[in-house]
Amino acid sequence: MALPLTDGLLIVVKRDCDTCHLVLPVLDELSDPVIASQDDPTFPHDGVIDDTELALSWELQTETTPTVYRIEGGEVVESAAGWHRGRWEAVTGVSGLGAGLPDFRPGCGSRIFEPDVHDRLLREHSPSALRSRRVDLGSAEDPFEAMFARGWSDGLPLVPPTEERVVRMLAGTDRDPDEVVCVMPPDLVDCTVEKVAVNAVMAGCLPDHLPVVLAAVEAAATDSFNIHGLAATTYFSGPIVIVNGPVAKRISMNSGVNALGPGNRANATIGRALNLVVRNVGGSIPGGVDRSTLGSPGKLTFCFAEDEDGSPWDSLAVERGFARDESTVTLFAGHGPTEIWDQLSRTPESLAASFAGQLQRVSHTKLALMFDAVVVVSPEHARVFGEAEWDKPRLRAKLMERLTRPGHEMLRGAAGVAEGMPPHLARGPIPKFRDDGLWFVRAGGGAGLFSAILPGWVNGDMGSRLTTVAIR
Amino acid sequence: MTILLDPTAERSPAHRPLAARLETLDGVTVGLLDISKPRGDIFLDRLEELLGSRGAALRRYAKPTFAKPAPVDLRARIAEECGAVIEALAD
Repeated sequence: MALPLTDGLLIVVKRDCDTCHLVLPVLDELSDPVIASQDDPTFPHDGVIDDTELALSWELQTETTPTVYRIEGGEVVESAAGWHRGRWEAVTGVSGLGAGLPDFRPGCGSRIFEPDVHDRLLREHSPSALRSRRVDLGSAEDPFEAMFARGWSDGLPLVPPTEERVVRMLAGTDRDPDEVVCVMPPDLVDCTVEKVAVNAVMAGCLPDHLPVVLAAVEAAATDSFNIHGLAATTYFSGPIVIVNGPVAKRISMNSGVNALGPGNRANATIGRALNLVVRNVGGSIPGGVDRSTLGSPGKLTFCFAEDEDGSPWDSLAVERGFARDESTVTLFAGHGPTEIWDQLSRTPESLAASFAGQLQRVSHTKLALMFDAVVVVSPEHARVFGEAEWDKPRLRAKLMERLTRPGHEMLRGAAGVAEGMPPHLARGPIPKFRDDGLWFVRAGGGAGLFSAILPGWVNGDMGSRLTTVAIR
Repeated sequence: MTILLDPTAERSPAHRPLAARLETLDGVTVGLLDISKPRGDIFLDRLEELLGSRGAALRRYAKPTFAKPAPVDLRARIAEECGAVIEALAD
């Protein structure tokens, strides 16, 4: 909405501003200035423009009162904020203004930046109106209870997605709210940037988190990640979000102490937002499409960043073909964590043997090649490998070697256990993991000789592949 | 009034639908809930008479006070014991 601006001088003031009172004598020295008042249409006198609704101030993006504008051809050509004699004289073309006043006095904050007011103005003047259906709550309804009642919650309280909050969330991206991010399974519906923002609000995200959530949603709906199957499986797994690159620090993600645990807003809410999108937009409701036998707490949220500072290794994103200075989201269909305890190994060979022993248990000790795993290596364990100059490929190769067993040991029925590999697959030596089925991420607190295995869901074409996308 | 933006794919109505209506009163237990407003009992007595003659089994309940929501336990009892409930407003 563009308001017509009349050529000449325009001064925006408010009664609740000492500097505006200070400049009153100056206003009398100007010929026919137009005055607009933000808070009182009788200040400094009757007949000024009533801008208590702040439409004019919003149009001008007035940051300070008083501000004097010179308008020519309907456009602002020059302005001065607060009181500064030299600048006011330059804008007005009048010299000797405000004799007896100090040379300079800072102004006051414009009303358009008062928190509630700013949200209202942003909503009213937002160029792209929000399209989501409006849900009017009854006057006696508690919004928090209403959201539970409508089935929007994962079981924990949600932040009410009001228009103001959604508009504020959308400020976190320059993508159009109408843009379709993906077709979200299992209901296969168009998932727009706006719908992701609504769910990000409910999850408790900040606007800065939105680009990461959008990337995670985009990755989830790819054919390679296959959220469709993951959302419906009887297995434990859910989407695990791993963030790499500069964005992790910029939004204060945790890759250190308690990286896989609670306590960090970005970690907790980004992972939650993804799951809420899958639930609310995709329609995967536990007990409905989601048939997980036991589920796992990570299906509420499971999101962390790799600790790349001081790491002896290339990051996960670099291994996935991205540059170090690129920010990425990697999605892994998994659960856990399960533990690797080793406080005594000081050589990479010994520590790798410990890793291998625990990794053999992924899914079942007698099953191989069907499930991938991500190992979250703590700084103290990573140091053992780093000091011996073992990079990730070397560690992977060593583990693959140790995790390759004779087929007859894995055969169904072997060792008195019915579960195992079918006869046609149990020939020759069998590696536990596929060539691209074992990944490493460095994270965790600086003290503690423990690492974590994140066991995966079914891999490959039948299941899910580790999927990395750039954050934009 | 609070207005929220629908976070879903908007495939179901924004307002919760009514519960399924009964096909028949035969063998159905109908709860008659007196909210403790004056003369609610007169209204419910008459309903009991009419529904009883049509084959419904009837149970009477009362809220401690009309000014507050029915206690959770009372609501749970009605839900367990009845296939339908009629709540009497009166005065």
